[in-house]
Amino acid sequence: MRAVIAVIGKDMVGILANVSQKCAEYGINVTEVTQSILQDMFAMIMMVDLSKSTVPFATLVDSMEKIGEEMGLKIYVMHEDIFNSMHRI
Amino acid sequence: MINSRDILETINMIENEDLDIRTITMGISLFDCMDPDIHKACDKVYDKICRYAGNLVKTGEDISKEYGIPIINKRISVTPMALVAAACKGESPVAFAKALDRAANTTGVNFIGGYSALVHKGFGPGDIAFLDSIPEALAETNLVCSSVNIGSTKVGINMDAVRKMGEVVRKSAELTADRECIGAAKLVVFCNAPEDNPFMAGAFHGPGEPDSVINVGVSGPGVVRAALAKAGDCDITAIADLIKKTAFKITRMGQLVAQEACRRLDTPFGIIDLSLAPTPAVGDSVAYILEEMGLESCGAHGTTAALAMLNDAVKKGGVMASSHVGGLSGAFIPVSEDAGMIKAARSGALTLNKLEAMTAVCSVGLDMIVIPGDTSAEIISGIIADEAAIGMVNSKTTAVRVIPAIGKKPGEEIDFGGLLGYGPIMEVNPNSPAKFIHRGGRIPAPLQSLKN
Repeated sequence: MRAVIAVIGKDMVGILANVSQKCAEYGINVTEVTQSILQDMFAMIMMVDLSKSTVPFATLVDSMEKIGEEMGLKIYVMHEDIFNSMHRI
Repeated sequence: MINSRDILETINMIENEDLDIRTITMGISLFDCMDPDIHKACDKVYDKICRYAGNLVKTGEDISKEYGIPIINKRISVTPMALVAAACKGESPVAFAKALDRAANTTGVNFIGGYSALVHKGFGPGDIAFLDSIPEALAETNLVCSSVNIGSTKVGINMDAVRKMGEVVRKSAELTADRECIGAAKLVVFCNAPEDNPFMAGAFHGPGEPDSVINVGVSGPGVVRAALAKAGDCDITAIADLIKKTAFKITRMGQLVAQEACRRLDTPFGIIDLSLAPTPAVGDSVAYILEEMGLESCGAHGTTAALAMLNDAVKKGGVMASSHVGGLSGAFIPVSEDAGMIKAARSGALTLNKLEAMTAVCSVGLDMIVIPGDTSAEIISGIIADEAAIGMVNSKTTAVRVIPAIGKKPGEEIDFGGLLGYGPIMEVNPNSPAKFIHRGGRIPAPLQSLKN
């Protein structure tokens, strides 16, 4: 199963590091990363492979939300199918 | 990789534009729960609902977490209870309402619909006693919703039932006068009621439905409005196209959630109901979509045309996105549940007369309208008859959910709380239709050709 991790908020040091470190800790492979900084706003989108994840999906969602809260960012973790179904026929 | 702009668009829809799945509703047949012994029948009803829907709420929450989509309501609809209660001669059917309420509490759903009767052509055994029991059933339960079908395009309108329902609506409000007359807010009177509607208060599991089924209601007025706001100065054709595209995306999300819910609950997929269902949250309003199109206020001349286009475009966009579309599908215009409608009603821009015209082109009917507490049962019956006639002649579903605010007058307000919202009391025409209503009988089915 693949998921999208989207991070949106004010740019600061350590965003990518914190998120990817948590992924590594859970055995989650980051397959693609794109990021853009528009003025001060930071938007990073990661595609991750959860096939070897050591934790349930809900735990990943909660951990990422926690990192987001600590850093003052919004972090969304969503199953990739939602985007495939909404934006592709 | 999925386009990052698409990802951000979806997140923005959910985060800022109130996109959500409004409801996952499990329909459950109760035909196999009939028993002449009402206690046994109630036990069977409770047991079957709990057995089938035991995991409904948890499954909804799991899907919501995994896909990052809010799923606001998890609900149950059941076989019209009058059909089940008919087997228990001489017993008060209120016991069934209490069994439904218990089952709703046990399963954790926020509403259960189907304390219902189908009397469009006449009354079956026990039907009159059943209709009489509705006010008490709604007053003594919290989560049970009731609906009654009193007419259809095929058979006409049962005017005896129309008369009766005016009294039932009034009494439902009177018995719950200490609770903002909430009883009447849980009661819908239909013409051409759909058998697979997932939305409350009118949801029931029709007699032609399978043993159990999952129906999903999508929403998203906020998303449509935001899309129109970004569109800028374009003509109506472009607006209709934009609404179609937006409805398509919303419905695809609903289809995904429905499929996933069906798989996890091992229950067949019924339909997606493509409705723009507003909530009292400010961005989540159908009225504001109409205003975004260029009306100074919802209710202005031009409102009916704008709503007709919106309703049609939502269906056209959504139909291709789902394998089965059904229910009410269109744009809802519940006054107390829509911030823009509330504002328009308060300012006097939106009146009951205009709302009646709008129901000829919207998906349902006069919905969540608070009327003066001294409105007579006959006037309520007149409102029901008018609305049913619009549905009957136009081969569409229409409904009436009006709440007589007992002890209150026009200008005052009532607050139901939560999704049911709040609203001003709207004026009704005080002239009496009593003689017409008390004639009884049936309005014959309308001619379906020679249409002009």
